[in-house]
Amino acid sequence: MKFTLSWLRQHLDTGASLGDITDTLTKIGLELEGIDNPAEKLGGFRIARVVEAVQHPNADRLRACKVDTGEGIVSVVCGAPNARTGMKAVFATPGSYIPGTGITLQVGNIRGVESAGMLLSMREMGLGEDHTGIVDLPADAPVGVPYIEWAGIDDPVIEIAVTPNRGDALSVRGIARDLAAAGVGKLKPFSPAPVPVAYSSPLQWRIDFPEYCPWVLGRAVRGVRNGPSPDWLVRRLTSIGLRPINALVDVTNFFTFDLGRPLHVFDAGKVRGGVLTLRRGNGETLPGLHGKNVTLTDEDCAIADEAGAQSLAGVVGGEPTGCDEMTTEVFVECALFDPVQVALSGRRHGVSSDARQRFERGIDPALMPAALEAATRMIIELCGGEASETVAAGAEPAWQRQATLRFARLESFGGLAVPADEAVSRLERLGFGVAARDAEKVVVSVPSWRNDVAQESALDPSPDLPAEVAAKAAEGRAEIEPEADLIEEVLRLGGLDAVPPVSMPGIAPIPAPTLTTAQSRAALARRVLAARGLAECVTFSFMAAGRAALFDTALLAVDNPISADLDTMRPTPLATLAEAASRNAARGEPCALLFEVGPAFHPGHANRQRLTAAGLRAGMSPRHWAEASRPYDAMDAKADLWALLASLGVPMEALSVTADAPAYFHPGRSGTVRQGPKTVLGHFGVLHPRLCAALDLPQAAGFALDLDAIAEPKRRKRAAPDLPPFQPVRRDFAFLVDAGVPAEALLRAARGAERNLIAGVALFDRYEGEKVPAGKVSLAIEVTLQPRERTLTEAEIEAAAAKIVAAVAKATGAVLRG
Amino acid sequence: MSDELTRLKSETEAALAAVSDLKAWDAVRVSVLGRNGSLTALLKGLGALDPVSRRERGAALNRLRDELTQAIEARRVALEAAELDARLAAERLDPSLPPLPSPSGLIHPISRAAEEIAALFGAMGFRIAEGPDIEDDWRNFGALNIPAHHSAREDMDTFYLAAGADGRRPVLRTHTSPVQVRTMLSAPPPIRVIVPGRTYRADHDATHSPMFHQCEGLAIDRGLTLGHLKGCLIDFLRAYFGIGDLPVRFRSSYFPFTEPSMEVDIGWNRKTGELGRGGDWLEILGSGMVHPKVLANCGIDPREWQGFAFGMGIERVAMLKNGIPDLRPFYESDLRWLRHYGTSALLPTMLHEVGA
Repeated sequence: MKFTLSWLRQHLDTGASLGDITDTLTKIGLELEGIDNPAEKLGGFRIARVVEAVQHPNADRLRACKVDTGEGIVSVVCGAPNARTGMKAVFATPGSYIPGTGITLQVGNIRGVESAGMLLSMREMGLGEDHTGIVDLPADAPVGVPYIEWAGIDDPVIEIAVTPNRGDALSVRGIARDLAAAGVGKLKPFSPAPVPVAYSSPLQWRIDFPEYCPWVLGRAVRGVRNGPSPDWLVRRLTSIGLRPINALVDVTNFFTFDLGRPLHVFDAGKVRGGVLTLRRGNGETLPGLHGKNVTLTDEDCAIADEAGAQSLAGVVGGEPTGCDEMTTEVFVECALFDPVQVALSGRRHGVSSDARQRFERGIDPALMPAALEAATRMIIELCGGEASETVAAGAEPAWQRQATLRFARLESFGGLAVPADEAVSRLERLGFGVAARDAEKVVVSVPSWRNDVAQESALDPSPDLPAEVAAKAAEGRAEIEPEADLIEEVLRLGGLDAVPPVSMPGIAPIPAPTLTTAQSRAALARRVLAARGLAECVTFSFMAAGRAALFDTALLAVDNPISADLDTMRPTPLATLAEAASRNAARGEPCALLFEVGPAFHPGHANRQRLTAAGLRAGMSPRHWAEASRPYDAMDAKADLWALLASLGVPMEALSVTADAPAYFHPGRSGTVRQGPKTVLGHFGVLHPRLCAALDLPQAAGFALDLDAIAEPKRRKRAAPDLPPFQPVRRDFAFLVDAGVPAEALLRAARGAERNLIAGVALFDRYEGEKVPAGKVSLAIEVTLQPRERTLTEAEIEAAAAKIVAAVAKATGAVLRG
Repeated sequence: MSDELTRLKSETEAALAAVSDLKAWDAVRVSVLGRNGSLTALLKGLGALDPVSRRERGAALNRLRDELTQAIEARRVALEAAELDARLAAERLDPSLPPLPSPSGLIHPISRAAEEIAALFGAMGFRIAEGPDIEDDWRNFGALNIPAHHSAREDMDTFYLAAGADGRRPVLRTHTSPVQVRTMLSAPPPIRVIVPGRTYRADHDATHSPMFHQCEGLAIDRGLTLGHLKGCLIDFLRAYFGIGDLPVRFRSSYFPFTEPSMEVDIGWNRKTGELGRGGDWLEILGSGMVHPKVLANCGIDPREWQGFAFGMGIERVAMLKNGIPDLRPFYESDLRWLRHYGTSALLPTMLHEVGA
């Protein structure tokens, strides 16, 4: 909302400075967005008289002038063709900053003639595009007076942000009222004298859509001469960025901002039939005053004559019945529209007008008759003519309501013990009327313009609430909400900085844990992966559908994506990490070690998402003199995954790995990790070469771990540690086994051969090649035997070894290598 | 000692002095102390002597054996030491060679900021609550007093997924406030939670990202006032930014889900970006007393319970604290940027830290 200081002063009697006014605005919730004070840029440019302008002795295109600045005569060299003796112009002294050119003036010497200042064009002042010559002022312009003051363009423009609840502050008068209530000046009275009725109205109102329009007033003025508005009105509108059109239209725009009261003017001569009807739209198309056609639905409200819709009510007027220079009789519409209906209608047609903005926040229903009088009066002042009677349809809705403030609540809710008298006084200054008051509380009537206070509205309770709980809560809300509104008003006017801060009372000397187990796990996962050298990324939750389809077929599409490359929820963070790795590769990074802990989206998941830890190693390991560089492979990804699982307390012995990872992995170099037979924890492997090619990614290996699949740890007492006093015995075995047998099967069989004795089995060599038959592989394991009661005899060790060989052979068909 | 023994001693000592490696040394040892060694031979000869002579000579021979054994052993130690020195001298490594690189991963500044925020609010008795990114429109809007016609629900502001079987379009949550609703419905007050998480709005330019992170806070109890809201946020902001006298300003504002509502500004210098001084104000978060309608929608009687809520942008506070100028690189995963602004995995998250 923009307005000028002088406009504000039309409604507010105040001697406060601009700074005091703007500080107060911010303090009371009408946040200052900006001030454009012309005096700051242009205040130094004063009117001067050109005493003499002659041809420059050494330059054809320059003139040497003597200029009377009001403080003496100076010499100025000027290039403007219109510089002439005796003219009045605008003068900038040396040291001035010229907004139009960005130059700070200095005293100069131009081809032998001193130039101590500058005569300005409009463009040099930043006031227009005209630079054909210097500003040529009338002969009576007073020398020495600042130009903007003389021209009446020194009015500071103030812009504030108005929150959606404060429709009343979308008017200069509403802002003045709030300032006056906050102690900045006094609100001037507003009571326009009635305009005499000269004839009966040529048009009548009819309301067929009362849900949209409960009440409408109208008045005609005949014998008007429409044309350009007077300077003061043009200046007022242009200063806040509005384009003057003609006096009749400008009057409506003026009151939209002055009183927050949108009006519309019909050219009465163009309206067909004697009745304007507010009715549902019926599919007709209306050429709007905003230059576009609007096709009205039956949810929209048309203001129609015999020929059809002439206005989209509350949103935009129609071109055919608009006022122009030929208009001689005008009909002014002053209506009350339902805020929600206007908002929906405006949204439907994508029209955001100053009228819609006000109607959808709610306008002052009680102001309508006075506003219509004021508008009629101004029309007659500017355009002449005489007014008809006022015609109406519908009736003023019952907006009157009361609210109660218990004074103790100012402290027990608002945190500040405002004295009762002061609280009541603040409410009264805002226009609230005291209906009743005692020592504990005050009952006030709410002013008509504050539709945000104590306004009834429907609750939207959870359908799962027990009926009595919902009823009690609703009762509490009805009691508390109006009071909260009043507390807000009282505190707002004094500024919230007046409320003393109080630190949070402790619940316990040492607070309970901040994180749940799952949250701690996510934090631990981040630390483990970062400690392994991976850089944490935060990538978007959405990506391009085509890219997402490389990872999964069941996808969640965004209905209204912001762009085509962000139109699908990512099926796994590995997908967006792969894109990130590709971008890093394109920047010339030889390797990218990345991870993310974030959601993977899938239509089948509970809540459509699972918290996933994903890691990616793309490219080659670093080149180093002590270690050869190599492409990252599936075992690197598995190592990351294993370190993560172990740190998260997953029972590693319960895990199994099978070669059935999703299709975006290399089919032969990937695996799926399960805990028990069913629960899939995650996948790892080399990414499929086709995927890498599609993403412009070097070879990469990655994993994804479903953190939500990891069970809550069981709370049980930890067993005592196993610390046998006897030295363990280690024996090595080399088995020859079919290459297709998973190593895990062999290790598991060996481990299970003698559970009480075997404390560990480790694969320390794997060989495949010419020394073993084709299709076979040699797996060498070290078995640790842990005696518990006495040292093992050689016979016992041999017996255990035989059991191991037998168990492995039975499980895998492996034979001991000779 | 007889000449014979003296000679044996001096010969042995000379032979030991002459050896230069362990092999030669061993030959000397065997020649004296070995089975056929000279001293062994003398000891064997004792048996032929009469008992008196045997005792005398035996004592002399034993002394000599001890002396020679000691000398031989000392020579071995010296030879071994020399040999080790020679070997080590040959095993020289260039100590200026670069070592194998150690893993240098890091934590993203958003995670870091979220952890710091959690630590500070945790100290004030808040716990972390979470909820899904894809919400129903009731939790994201309706329950929070944002009615169906509100402009925030327009496509231009809010992302939707395709409608489900019930005909309602799921929402990509526009704030983490739906978790307020989940929390209030899941357990009775008192409540103190913060909700860090991903949020989505259909906005993409230099200062807006279609996905960003918010940390919501909710405290509901008997007798929590607007003064507690101010105290809680002032305490947090001063601790988070590490500026004990950070100016904090509260401005009346409007949000559908709080009343009264206020914007919170902190003092800074607009030109230099320095926090804490400079006379300018920077908007940093929104807050207010929980709206009675929100409480009632969640089955809480506002006559009995009251409290406050707030929401701040995690990127925003991270940018201010760490001097990060632009928003967009947060999500671009440029390793150069991550290395610059990321933090060590092992950095603790304590209440007060110097130089993170």
